[in-house]
Amino acid sequence: MSIDMAQFHQIFFEESFEGLDIMESGLLNLDMGDVDAETINTIFRAAHSIKGGSGTFGFSAVADFTHAMETLLDEMRDGRRKVTQPAVNVLLGSVDCLREMLTAIQDEKILDEAKVTEHKKALDTELNGGDNTALPSVQPTQPIAFENENAGWRIAFSPHTDLLKTGNDPVRMFRELAELGQIDITVDLQGVPGLYELDPEECHLSWQITVHGDIPRSEVDDIFDWVEEHCDLAVQDIKQTTQASSPVFDEPPQTAAIETTPPSSATNPPIVSESGQSEKINADKTPSAGKSSASIRVDTAKIDTLINMVGELVITQSMLSLIGEHFDLNKLDQLKNGLAQLERHTRELQESVMNIRMLPISFVFSRFPRLVHDLSSKLGKKIELQLIGEHTEVDKTVVELISDPLVHLVRNSLDHGIETPDERIAAGKQETGTVTLEAYHRGGNIVIEVSDDGRGLDKDKLRAKALEKGLIQDDAVLSDKQTFELIFMPGFSTAEQLTDVSGRGVGMDVVKRNIQSLGGNIDIVSQLGTGSTMAIYLPLTLAILDGQSVAVGDETYIIPLGSIIESINVTERMINRVAGKGETFRLRQEYLPIIRMHEIFSVPNAKATKLTEGLLVVVEGQGIRCGLFVDDLLTQQQVVVKSLEANYRHVEGISGATILGDGSVALILDIPGLVRLSNH
Amino acid sequence: MASILAVDDSASMRQMVSFTLKGAGYDVVEAVDGVDALNKAKSKKFDCVVTDVNMPNKDGIALIKDLRALPDYKFVPMLMLTTESGTDKKQQGKEAGATGWIVKPFNPDQLLKTIQKVLG
Repeated sequence: MSIDMAQFHQIFFEESFEGLDIMESGLLNLDMGDVDAETINTIFRAAHSIKGGSGTFGFSAVADFTHAMETLLDEMRDGRRKVTQPAVNVLLGSVDCLREMLTAIQDEKILDEAKVTEHKKALDTELNGGDNTALPSVQPTQPIAFENENAGWRIAFSPHTDLLKTGNDPVRMFRELAELGQIDITVDLQGVPGLYELDPEECHLSWQITVHGDIPRSEVDDIFDWVEEHCDLAVQDIKQTTQASSPVFDEPPQTAAIETTPPSSATNPPIVSESGQSEKINADKTPSAGKSSASIRVDTAKIDTLINMVGELVITQSMLSLIGEHFDLNKLDQLKNGLAQLERHTRELQESVMNIRMLPISFVFSRFPRLVHDLSSKLGKKIELQLIGEHTEVDKTVVELISDPLVHLVRNSLDHGIETPDERIAAGKQETGTVTLEAYHRGGNIVIEVSDDGRGLDKDKLRAKALEKGLIQDDAVLSDKQTFELIFMPGFSTAEQLTDVSGRGVGMDVVKRNIQSLGGNIDIVSQLGTGSTMAIYLPLTLAILDGQSVAVGDETYIIPLGSIIESINVTERMINRVAGKGETFRLRQEYLPIIRMHEIFSVPNAKATKLTEGLLVVVEGQGIRCGLFVDDLLTQQQVVVKSLEANYRHVEGISGATILGDGSVALILDIPGLVRLSNH
Repeated sequence: MASILAVDDSASMRQMVSFTLKGAGYDVVEAVDGVDALNKAKSKKFDCVVTDVNMPNKDGIALIKDLRALPDYKFVPMLMLTTESGTDKKQQGKEAGATGWIVKPFNPDQLLKTIQKVLG
């Protein structure tokens, strides 16, 4: 029977990476003074599963590596080895190494053997040295004796009375023996008690079996391997017994004690080597597994909702087709109801499908405890990491793409933000600095904040630096916000020298660009001496958007609903014209710029060209508010976002396109981009 | 056809065991740990139980012990999936009433062969 093991690889990888995360967080949580047994046990179980799986699925290098980790953890678990910081560090390093190994296998890349060997060596050193009292028991492989011309075996088998209670059955074992060669069996009834004392659940029989043929001893031992402690067993070479002509069977118990010891150690090696062979075969197959499609783990409850929803949809559909079959005007109400139902169900279905793509942000956050742990010791700082709102759900794409920018921000906070313990004490702060990662929903956005209670951004220093680099003019007047945003300019770096912690060739400008490419934005608030907060705003999902369609001439545009504050009719009194600077209008004590949509996009046939004739949609984007002048508001609807870049090219002020119900294309406005566009 | 309860906390191993056994025509029910397995075993009598040893909530050895105490499972074959390093686990398993073991890593053929050994 051949089964393609490759089909289980993907799930094995997923599970193993999960296991590695569990091990990592477990190791980080270990308190040297008071080791929690369950934590160790959990870490051990994860290592154990990875080892078992990798062996079975043919990744012998991984199995081998994990075996060393497992042994170490097992000794810790049994209390044979003390949990020390160096040992934990070695294990953490091994977790990383293992992760790389698995990634390499998954991506079919070449593994850095030297690195693996190095980690393996560190593990072995820890295993052999360290605080263990008992050396890892490496069982000496006993040479397997090969009898060349073997005529068969004579077996004396007398089960203990409790043999049946282990679920073993002598009859099955005899059948197996019969498969090895021709057998002769004689049964000994002597032990059977009288009918009144007989317990049918006990075994009172014993047997003498002769198997004929050239059969390796190990195959015979294999059959009795499971019951060796529940029986007296003696296995003798036929030739020997005939030569000696003194059957051992007369006194089985004593011989049994001697004879049964070797099997346990002698039977194992063949099994191992056999599987060693199969590993090779499987290893050949691995490439075909390849980088299979990315999968996603979904809560079954979500799937159930989805199935319910589809059921409803099918009912609605059949109802509608029934109406359609014999339609007359009396049924118009029914039709309308049906359509309303269809709309509701479609929307719900859409929501639940989108929901499937939502993952908790903890997928990203979970890597930070390790990062902070490693970096703070490297930097000689005391830093505590706080995670808030880990269960906030975000689109899978966002989860994947936000990780790198976040790492960069956290590194920055650790490196430049938090001061050294001495500096902190001198500044009258607690010795331990705090970095907080927080995620929450606000409107249609998810907000991720990275804040620290460190030294904060120094405005004068930033300005001086920007001047020195020629990024701003001498006479530039900058608001606080604008000054902080200097750090996002290409070629700007405040650190006196690049450290290997934060300066990895990627600047904050890249971070900002990455976030913007996700349709998001980043904001800085900082107070010199008390800390900084970087807030990342991201759209909840990148695929579907709640929009307000507006008419401008013959065109329809979509404004993201989340960015609309209100829509108003302006009167002449509210409008203010500043020569050369465009138009503004007053909205409750505030003057906001007006963007005429038909002008900025050169749309002909606009119905409203006078401001008082059309509507002003007040929108906000990246903290800037303005009024968009449009002909009319149309409907509110969810639109499926189609990328303009992928199908055409980037257009300033437009974030994408969508297809409307009547088949025509509507462009989706990018409010911050539009504001930038109108300023030029 | 004989029904088998496959218990493992690792989804990949569980799937592999279950897939292999189903392919050979057995009825397979999966359980994710000892507690889950015990509940499933109580609701339906299985002809054989294959369980991993290291699992959260209730490990394989405790599961075998609990199952053996049930009248329905007095003589049912119970196999543990264990690693070659788990000699003392084997011992504990036997004391709990395990029928035998399958040494990890194993391939589908070895698994089937062992199952046939106890079910045949």
